[in-house]
Amino acid sequence: MDSLRYKVAIVGAAETTDLGVVPDMSAQQLAIDAAINAMADCGIGKDRIDGIASTVSPAHLAHYMGIVPRWVDNTSVGGTSFLIQVRHAAAAIASGLCETALVTMGQSGRSRVGEGAGGSGGGATGGRRDGSYPGQFESIYGPVGPASLFGMGVLRYMKETGTTHEQLASVPVAQRRWSSRVPRAMMRDLITVDDVLDSRMICYPFHLFECCLVTDGGGALILTSAERAADFPTKPVYILGTGESVETPIVSQMYDLTTSAAFRASSRDAFAEARISHSDVDHLMVYDAFAHLPIYGLEDLGFVGRGEAGAYIEEGNTSPGGKLPMNTNGGGLSYTHTGMYGMFAMQESVRQVRGEAAHQVPDVQVSFCQGVGGMFMAAASLIFTNQPP
Amino acid sequence: MTAEPYRKPIPVPTPETQPYWDKAREHELWIQRCLACAHIFFYPRRHCPQCLSENLEWFKASGRGTLYSYVINHRPAPGFEDEAPYAIAIVQMEEGPRMMTNIVGIENTPENLVLDMALEVTFDDVLPDVTIPKWKPAEA
Ligand SMILES: [Zn+2]
Repeated sequence: MDSLRYKVAIVGAAETTDLGVVPDMSAQQLAIDAAINAMADCGIGKDRIDGIASTVSPAHLAHYMGIVPRWVDNTSVGGTSFLIQVRHAAAAIASGLCETALVTMGQSGRSRVGEGAGGSGGGATGGRRDGSYPGQFESIYGPVGPASLFGMGVLRYMKETGTTHEQLASVPVAQRRWSSRVPRAMMRDLITVDDVLDSRMICYPFHLFECCLVTDGGGALILTSAERAADFPTKPVYILGTGESVETPIVSQMYDLTTSAAFRASSRDAFAEARISHSDVDHLMVYDAFAHLPIYGLEDLGFVGRGEAGAYIEEGNTSPGGKLPMNTNGGGLSYTHTGMYGMFAMQESVRQVRGEAAHQVPDVQVSFCQGVGGMFMAAASLIFTNQPP
Repeated sequence: MTAEPYRKPIPVPTPETQPYWDKAREHELWIQRCLACAHIFFYPRRHCPQCLSENLEWFKASGRGTLYSYVINHRPAPGFEDEAPYAIAIVQMEEGPRMMTNIVGIENTPENLVLDMALEVTFDDVLPDVTIPKWKPAEA
């Protein structure tokens, strides 16, 4: 298969006008709002869009906007779905299935306007019966959403690597140093390791500040071929490398709970396709639903060795001024987290590569964006650059 | 006298998992082995996850294992309110596979729950027709 390297660029990028608490918009409305903002960002009308991808039904979005697309994608494997959709859109554009694709998302994760009840666990009056594998082999033991499941392997990881609770707590500390200068971030006050360890216990070993926010919002990207990107007013953000994978829908059955097989697979492919090395990466986003994800990410993506990530973050290497700026919007822990955060990680990568982030890293040429879906269920990697072919 | 209704999630066996749940009602832990490649695995399946063979056998596990990892959940799931905070743990079975469990017979604190401590299986008859395997500290 031909590589996607330098075939496609992101030419439009925007988030929803409002972010955080948006009680008057459903997920679909947020996705539409983001899409309209992304079109405005690159100065095109809807008539230019001939491909649509979203976790919201593309049919709902297409009909709402009056678009009859020639390509759609509805991949839905949790929060990394949008990264995978970007990869699929790039492949579709490169092979001529469409010219200009819209990847958009919206989620009313906090206000739950037009969303189902969600959640897991039993019923109010009698136990809920469930024949799915998670229903038979996990729900019966009392998990209640990602906060109680995502960290299943963290204590094992800490024992095997010697990583400390203080190092885990240094993840939100580092990210607040970034979000402290990001006006749209929900949490902007600088915090210390003690603040993190003193915050309310949610699910040992995770304290409140080690868990992501719950917010409303959305974002959208517009992609077109690298050639056509020259016709757009925005600075093209070229796609250099891509990768995707899945591991398991049941976190307790990961092959090894101290490392993500899907992270390793998707990042390996992205690096190979991009033909770059780790030292070429100026900026890193690692989807951080919980504090251990940047630690797993740094190791599984190969930026540091096994067991080194906690100390690497604690020593400030990912903080402002550090060697590898990471999660520079504040991440899911401090910027926003609607439930499926992957779109926001990509938005920050695009902003950094364009040079227009709120807390800009100087001279970003290459940004690596790592997404996760479910509880280590799925993963995707994208590498972006502003450097022309 | 009326018993409190059981409010926790209830597993619904599927054809490939039925023997696991049937044996649990007899207070035995049964898992599967592949006769083609000898792989021992959990959760129950129709095919071996290593070689995809359908040539499998069920056998009674030793019921011995160790504490592989866990969390202590402070925000209870519906039905678990009286137990919070409670551990959701993963046991490393002696035979190789891992499974999720609660840890019973010991207060669920970080001090009590030491990784790699010895565990043994026990069974909780939650409904007349449903028994859930759980694990407890092994008796010396
Ligand atoms: Zn086999």
